[in-house]
Amino acid sequence: MALAIKENNQLYLSNFETFEKNLNGEAGSWCHDVRRDALRKFDELGFPTTRNEEWKYTNVASIAKENFKHIIQPDFDLVSTNDILRYDYNGLAVHLLVFIDGHFSGKHSSVRDLPDGVKIGSLAEALRADAAAVKQHLTKYARYDDDAFTALNTAFINDGAYIYLSDNALIEKPIHLLFLASGKSEPFVSYPRNLFIAGKHSKATIIETYTGIKNNRYFTNAVTEVFVDENAHIEHHKVQEESSEAYHVSTIQTYQMANSNFVSNAIDFGGLIVRNNPRATLDAEGVESTLNGLYLGTGSQLIDNHTTIDHAKPHCNSHELYKGVLDGSARGVFNGKIFVRLDAQKTDAKQTNQALLLSDGASIDTKPQLEIFADDVKCTHGATIGQLDEEALFYLQTRGIQRDMARDILTYAFASDVIDRIKIKELRDYCHQRVLVKLQQDRLEGIDKE
Amino acid sequence: MLDVKNLHVEIEGTQILKGIDLSVKPGEVHAIMGPNGSGKSTLAQVISGRDTYDVTGGEITYLGKDMLDMEPDERAREGLFMAFQYPVEIPGVTNSYFLKTGLNEIRKHQGLEPLDAMDFLKHIKEKAKILDISTDMLNRSVNEGFSGGEKKRNEILQMAVLEPKLAIMDETDSGLDIDALRIVSDGVNRLRTKDRAIIVVTHYQRLLNYIVPDYVHILLNGKIVKSGDKNLAIELEEKGYDQIRAEYSDVKAKLEETV
Repeated sequence: MALAIKENNQLYLSNFETFEKNLNGEAGSWCHDVRRDALRKFDELGFPTTRNEEWKYTNVASIAKENFKHIIQPDFDLVSTNDILRYDYNGLAVHLLVFIDGHFSGKHSSVRDLPDGVKIGSLAEALRADAAAVKQHLTKYARYDDDAFTALNTAFINDGAYIYLSDNALIEKPIHLLFLASGKSEPFVSYPRNLFIAGKHSKATIIETYTGIKNNRYFTNAVTEVFVDENAHIEHHKVQEESSEAYHVSTIQTYQMANSNFVSNAIDFGGLIVRNNPRATLDAEGVESTLNGLYLGTGSQLIDNHTTIDHAKPHCNSHELYKGVLDGSARGVFNGKIFVRLDAQKTDAKQTNQALLLSDGASIDTKPQLEIFADDVKCTHGATIGQLDEEALFYLQTRGIQRDMARDILTYAFASDVIDRIKIKELRDYCHQRVLVKLQQDRLEGIDKE
Repeated sequence: MLDVKNLHVEIEGTQILKGIDLSVKPGEVHAIMGPNGSGKSTLAQVISGRDTYDVTGGEITYLGKDMLDMEPDERAREGLFMAFQYPVEIPGVTNSYFLKTGLNEIRKHQGLEPLDAMDFLKHIKEKAKILDISTDMLNRSVNEGFSGGEKKRNEILQMAVLEPKLAIMDETDSGLDIDALRIVSDGVNRLRTKDRAIIVVTHYQRLLNYIVPDYVHILLNGKIVKSGDKNLAIELEEKGYDQIRAEYSDVKAKLEETV
């Protein structure tokens, strides 16, 4: 087997030509030079096969072979107000940006009364209106030289969310970025590209939601870059509820300056094949970085989380808690990379991965990967894989609780741990509820199969 | 209420119970005493429905129904309760949620309306007051980080809340200091009613100073070798298990001679 699948490269090259023609004179910009470079890189790399160590457990051949259509002109009317309201997170007051098939939809969005020093809008707009800041940061953190999906996303940079917080800017209301896939019947791909720039001492909460309005096949290939300047504090939540036929590949690359704090909670419910690459680079002293995740896989879902925390400078702390619940013949992958560079003395890095397997057909491949070059550091990692505790099930049953319900209660308790870290009550309640619904669905599907 | 007849139980091919007979009527308190390995905890577990044991013979009838056919949760909904020797820790599930869910399942089965959060709180506070137990533990995860005494008190509180017809106390006294023992046994005594039967499984006579049984059964090597009233426990305390074991093996030896 080859290291890469390139048979569909021509499709992406010709998609790029069409894309290029629609750029209206922007084709001579710095950004377009990067796009072309990224396209060349993609052409060279091709889609990875499982012979590539980074993709050993995640076979993306079905993505590589599908003829996805690239949507250049979205049809915003395919999405109704109700589709948007499904994600109002129990009436949570937010600044809302809606993206349909990767394109910003102004008519579905609402951003009002922004505090001073805060800009929230589409990247397409910011590429023109805020060119200097965008140029300084965009494509500077998410490397594409060794990652075909990031290369592809970079080649097709066009739209996504842009959030800019100037020094000392504080924004109370969470910013909600809702990425909806329309119900188009032929398979299509979108390349959301997000850029968050948080100035010194700034503070914001950002929610990214990825979902589809129908059970159709599409491919979301998203890249988010986050620059967190000195003493800035960003709370980031990601809710992934793509359709059960969808592919979702996303990279979130955070770059943190001195004494900054970045906290991310990523919850995966949906998708057929899901690959998340949350990556944080701690490139100054006194940084706090937290990557938490919960994934619930059922049916034949594959959910792969490849986290990377790069401790480049001394006196930084990182925390990771990933939990997975896998039922049916679902598969999970967790690979947690922690680099501690020669310079990064007094690093404190903690990583925990726990998976709960609810059926004989479910499986998980988990691998901590610590590369430590400094000698005065504290790094701990722990991985546990288990089934529901029979003693606990029996205990619940002896109190009158049916076995199915007892299983749900224990599974829910296992999963809650991560959800409880979401500080926004409305979003936390939504996720709790969503876990319960998914557990019940599983059971009903399980009964159907029996 | 409960009739155990000629019960034989194995675990992984080893015979643990070798023909147990036991009959319990409403309002009665039975003590089952035995040394380690006699099978007394096995008996408690089998009655409450633990499926790691194989019942190879005999029957258990509860309120006229074949109990061996019932799931543990069905037994609980029919009014059976077991206080665990080692209560299980369940991180992430609060005590109050756990108990409310159990209670409402039982109520549903009895054709009663489930209690809402407010009514449940009222119910549980009443019970805690009767038992003189603090309700602090309600908002903590089930048994997580509880001391041994707290775990056992929590079992008694659960018993009070679920109002069983038949309660089995599986070595409730193990690991308790004298104060905790008093609180737990006072609790059990306050829950004694004319309709409720209680089976106390214990190694030591000590507990029976506080919970005075109507009947005492001595279990040795998987069989009830002697039954009597509360005085049997006192006799046992004086003689110790060794002497009973010796008497019993004499009996057995004689029997074997005659055969």
